[in-house]
Amino acid sequence: MIPLEHFLVVSAVLFSLGVYGVLARRNAVLILMSIELMLNAASINMVAFAAYTSPERFIGIIFAVFIITVAAAEVGLALAIILRLFRNRRTANVDEVDQLKW
Amino acid sequence: MTVTEVIFYFIAAVSVLGGLGVVVSRNVAYAALSLVFTLLAVAALYILLASEFLALVQVLIYAGAVAVLLLFALMLTRARDLQQTLDNSQRPLAAIAALALLGVLIAMIVLTNWPRAAGEPALVSFNAIGDALFRTWVVPFEVASLVLLVALVGAIVLAGTEEEEE
Repeated sequence: MIPLEHFLVVSAVLFSLGVYGVLARRNAVLILMSIELMLNAASINMVAFAAYTSPERFIGIIFAVFIITVAAAEVGLALAIILRLFRNRRTANVDEVDQLKW
Repeated sequence: MTVTEVIFYFIAAVSVLGGLGVVVSRNVAYAALSLVFTLLAVAALYILLASEFLALVQVLIYAGAVAVLLLFALMLTRARDLQQTLDNSQRPLAAIAALALLGVLIAMIVLTNWPRAAGEPALVSFNAIGDALFRTWVVPFEVASLVLLVALVGAIVLAGTEEEEE
């Protein structure tokens, strides 16, 4: 049986990669992908804790389902915002969009 | 080493390498494909945790819909010059911050004495999940559908073409 800690370490590595991506990437779509990595890491944690520690196992699964739902909604909205940004400014790089008004 | 352990470490390696590809790849299309690999590996992890339902949802929604949506966005927002760098100037700082976070998390995971139930994780039937979702968690479920509706309308309003505004 795989120890719980191993799942947690995989999740921690994925989360740290996501943090690095959010901080280091310029392209808004790539930043969004890094956020997806972090959300997945959180879901792994939820499911692993539920599977290993709690006999009431549905809670972790239900939480993960809601995370996936909110992530889908978030991706849709963020992509609409990025498309709008690209149409107005001809760029999807967040460091080029540093004005509050134009 | 049992078969399960071999499978687990293989899947863990795939997911971590995919995640690495997402954040260091120089090509946006490769980054998107790496993300798909990571998402599928996470689905496999869910199966190892005896949550088949989640694995199914993960493959359908994440690896299916979200990945396609991200690829569409990459295609639609392709910049004129392809030579531009994808990373900004704070990359070394970002690496330090991410490594520090990883160190803290792993130290916390190793040092904590986790409580655990005895025995293997038991398989959860789809019926039981549906039962829990539509009895105990029915209010959050309905709110989630409202969230999706609002996000849908918002996305259409934001991305819709308004020529007179240009």
